[in-house]
Amino acid sequence: MKEGRIIKVSGPLVVALGMDEAKMYNVVRVGEKKLIGEVIELRGDRASIQVYEETGGLGPGEPVFDTGEPLSVELGPGLIQSIYDGIQRPLDMIRKKVGDHITRGIDIPALDRKKKWKFGPSIKEGNKVSPGDIIGTVQETSVVVHKIMVPPGIDGVVEEVKEGEFTIEETIAEIKTDSGIREIKMLQRWPVRRERPCREKLPPCIPLITGQRIIDAFFPVAKGGTACVPGPFGSGKTVILHQFAKWSDAEIVIYVGCGERGNEMTDVLMEFPELDDPRTGEKLIKRTVLIANTSNMPVAAREASIYTGITIAEYFRDMGYSVALMADSTSRWAEALREISGRLEEMPGEEGYPAYLPTRAAQFYERAGRVKCLGGNNREGALSVLGAVSPPGGDLSDPVVQATLKVVQVFWSLEDWLAYERHFPAINWLNSYSLYIDNLREYFRKEAGEDWAEMRREAMAILQKEAELKEIARLVGVDALSVEDRLTLETAKSIREDFLHQNAFHEVDTYTSFAKQYRMLKVIRLFHSQAEEALQRGVDFKELTSLPVREEIARARYITEDKLETFDAVEQKIAAQMKEVKGASVSA
Amino acid sequence: MAKEYLTIREIVGPLVLVEEVSGATYDELVELELPDGEIRRGKVLEVDEDKALVQLFEGSSGVDVFGSRVRFLGKGIELSVSMDLLGRVFDGLGRPIDGGPRILPEKRLDINGTPINPYARDYPSEFIQTGISAIDGLNTLVRGQKLPIFSGAGLPHPQIAAQIARQAKVLGEEEEFAVVFGAMGITFEESDYFISDFRRTGAIDRAALFINLADDPAIERLATPRMAFTAAEYLAFDKGMHVLVILSDMTNYCEALREVSAARKEVPGRRGYPGYLYTDLASMYERAGRIKGRQGSITLMTILTMPEDDKTHPIPDLTGYITEGQIILSRQIHKKGIYPPIDVLPSLSRLKDKGIGEGKTREDHSDVFNQLFAAYARGKEAQELAVILGEAALSETDKLFFTFADRFELEYVQQGEDEDRTIAETLNLGWSLLRMLPAAELKRIRPEFIEKYLKEDAH
Ligand SMILES: Nc1ncnc2c1ncn2[C@@H]1O[C@H](COP(=O)(O)OP(=O)(O)O)[C@@H](O)[C@H]1O
Ligand SMILES: [Mg+2]
Repeated sequence: MKEGRIIKVSGPLVVALGMDEAKMYNVVRVGEKKLIGEVIELRGDRASIQVYEETGGLGPGEPVFDTGEPLSVELGPGLIQSIYDGIQRPLDMIRKKVGDHITRGIDIPALDRKKKWKFGPSIKEGNKVSPGDIIGTVQETSVVVHKIMVPPGIDGVVEEVKEGEFTIEETIAEIKTDSGIREIKMLQRWPVRRERPCREKLPPCIPLITGQRIIDAFFPVAKGGTACVPGPFGSGKTVILHQFAKWSDAEIVIYVGCGERGNEMTDVLMEFPELDDPRTGEKLIKRTVLIANTSNMPVAAREASIYTGITIAEYFRDMGYSVALMADSTSRWAEALREISGRLEEMPGEEGYPAYLPTRAAQFYERAGRVKCLGGNNREGALSVLGAVSPPGGDLSDPVVQATLKVVQVFWSLEDWLAYERHFPAINWLNSYSLYIDNLREYFRKEAGEDWAEMRREAMAILQKEAELKEIARLVGVDALSVEDRLTLETAKSIREDFLHQNAFHEVDTYTSFAKQYRMLKVIRLFHSQAEEALQRGVDFKELTSLPVREEIARARYITEDKLETFDAVEQKIAAQMKEVKGASVSA
Repeated sequence: MAKEYLTIREIVGPLVLVEEVSGATYDELVELELPDGEIRRGKVLEVDEDKALVQLFEGSSGVDVFGSRVRFLGKGIELSVSMDLLGRVFDGLGRPIDGGPRILPEKRLDINGTPINPYARDYPSEFIQTGISAIDGLNTLVRGQKLPIFSGAGLPHPQIAAQIARQAKVLGEEEEFAVVFGAMGITFEESDYFISDFRRTGAIDRAALFINLADDPAIERLATPRMAFTAAEYLAFDKGMHVLVILSDMTNYCEALREVSAARKEVPGRRGYPGYLYTDLASMYERAGRIKGRQGSITLMTILTMPEDDKTHPIPDLTGYITEGQIILSRQIHKKGIYPPIDVLPSLSRLKDKGIGEGKTREDHSDVFNQLFAAYARGKEAQELAVILGEAALSETDKLFFTFADRFELEYVQQGEDEDRTIAETLNLGWSLLRMLPAAELKRIRPEFIEKYLKEDAH
């Protein structure tokens, strides 16, 4: 293979000559230390290379070797429970090999080559197969069955298929194609910047239930959908994404820590092996893949990290799983893009970001979706993508926020004033939105009941009304409002404090099933409608609002999932106590 | 012997362009020898064929194009470390300025360090008692955390930082403790305040100080915090000490970085700061923390003054995105004569949840903390409303919260510069304030704690 020569080094950007055989996005080895890099611009034989490791000590004259392959990830059994850096190097193995700090030029494969996996075939000799067909399975963890698929580009008849224990590099099947026999192994590769194919994209129609009340009830995201969480620092982006990783009913979770804090990854690493998945009862880590390219790790690998993550996610989607990917934070990805662009001396767009930022953001989010997978048996997979955005000063006019809002369907607007009041999740209920409401209507009608849509609409209308009333009250004082309006304010407060507010760190409050969410909102609504009636009959407002049952409504969040019948009692108490005040007013 | 070059082509601000160089590498250390023999240090920012762009650490005044010699040293800039660092004062580039001898190095470390593998980190969870209620009770600091103080010109951040350095302890433990202090462009008075305070309390014997003053070359500041972290890493991870790193004032550091960026004519980000400011700060701050299986720890307290007291200015903003919370000082509270003027509402410790509670502080801590916050926020809101509508327009309960907020600032937040409150004192103080509110309003506290702590008068 031809060798290039470095002529320039500027931070993560290296320029080399003699690269006329290289292709765009090929992986190259840079310098005597063989640092990993990727070709990102070609002009004649001059290649610009972004280097995924620190470039200190690198200088002109050193060689550059082209590997001839684009930046790719390894796919196969062993992905689950792994923790990788931005270019899929296993951080646990790195620690074993070089210690607590990450040094340079480390070359460790992403997947264990020695481990044997028990492979059970699901096809027979003589079967016709095409890309995406499942040829067999491996029980990867107690909750994940890893399906081995015919790789794209292979069509033919099964010549031989094996059963038993194999490493990922051993042949498990042979397929006779027009161009000869092809050996299939469990280890496959896929270039990260290319979307994995599917048969067709379908509109999302099932919610990704997260156990987070404001999200599931007000601004749901669909399985296969996209959402973003912009907000200033400290407003709760990371906690929301962690809550998603913990409690959402996805079958596979890919968590990408992109240029953020090391301790937040440690937090996940320490917690997930301990926490139980509410659906499977198994430990959460058994369905999770972690990508950690923290803020102190090389910038270029940060740029790659979200692609590494999403390619692994697509691979599981192709097996027919519902996968959720969280990226914290996409702003750091965009900044990495900006830094490289600046060093390439490209024409800067807004805030110095390259003009192609919106295109890149769109390409990334467009890889989400509910799909009909390649291969037989008509399986469906879904990949939901959630991105945190960290705009400077929380300012939503930030180019990364704007580029993101153009593509995603759900917007959870985090605001610092809510966080200062410790109202968490600090999602502003007035300007957040979900464009999936219509797609999901049918599902909610079936699962939650006919009245759900109306309950949701009413609750949101009350909150809207509260905002208007508060404006008026600011000018004239609360006492000047009618009792009906004051009741609206009370109910709005109850919706905010007793329903929307949710403490991620409280063992019960951290997760609320949809059934419980329904009951919680229902008691608030019941109280409101009965109180409205009572007011009409002339009941004293103060007396209404000091009914003891309100305390129980406030504490409903602590009712455990196995005791939802407690809500019956609360409902009865509302009725009973209302009757009593009614009685009082009649006799008065 | 390194090759010498006499081929300086131009000098622009802190940048020197050297031509006809061979073998220069990115980020390596450069020595510039002036005609009079004086040595200046710098590092390579970019190599392009035979041209090397060098950023000086000691300013370019006196450097000339024709007479100065340039040597490329083939390694990064280093700090000599040994246990003798403790008790010593250095300049911003790590040279002794206390009249003492040079450090006999146990080893020399590249000041850039290498990133901690996230897999190797241990989660910080040991409560540090600072003796300051607004921190211990509401923004609890834990060992290995990075918590900045967002201050403003003229606010008493040196006093607070010094008080923390003096009082910080982990309960029930006698472990080796050290302070590394990095000063970037602060005044002589401020620096002297720290040094005398360390002397007064004897802390100086377990402190290493790196001092770059306001009248020292601005560009030297770019190395100073890295010197401090390198010393801290050595003490913490090689020697098993618990190190508190105090950096003041990071705003000056960021301005120096902006200066270099402008001299390179880079595309400026917000307010002229370079787009890589986040990464630059993060790669330093992430050197703090704990590592599995190692004894020591690095806890980081950086101080920065917010230009125009603006929290959305890029320096505090990017800092807040990196650190694990922030302590925000308020000029308004300062004007009321309250020390420490900590504005608790926007302040935050992200790591508190794992550092408080039974066995760490006390079982009721989390609930008391939530309730105090909520009550203070409500009181503040009532105070704002009263400004618009008059106090008379407030409901009886809101009036109670109004008074609560005042008392909270005067009794809970306010304390003496030498007042070292135990965590029990802080928590009990919280309860004594909550007692002025109706029990029904204490929604964030579990009934069993109300039972146990609220009714007890004798605390
Ligand atoms: N749902 C929640 N429940 C309780 N506390 C929360 C919640 N969300 C955020 N917080 C608090 O806010 C802090 C900051 O949240 P984080 O997600 O780290 O913010 P961001 O990522 O936006 O900077 C957390 O450390 C926690 O104290
Ligand atoms: Mg975050």
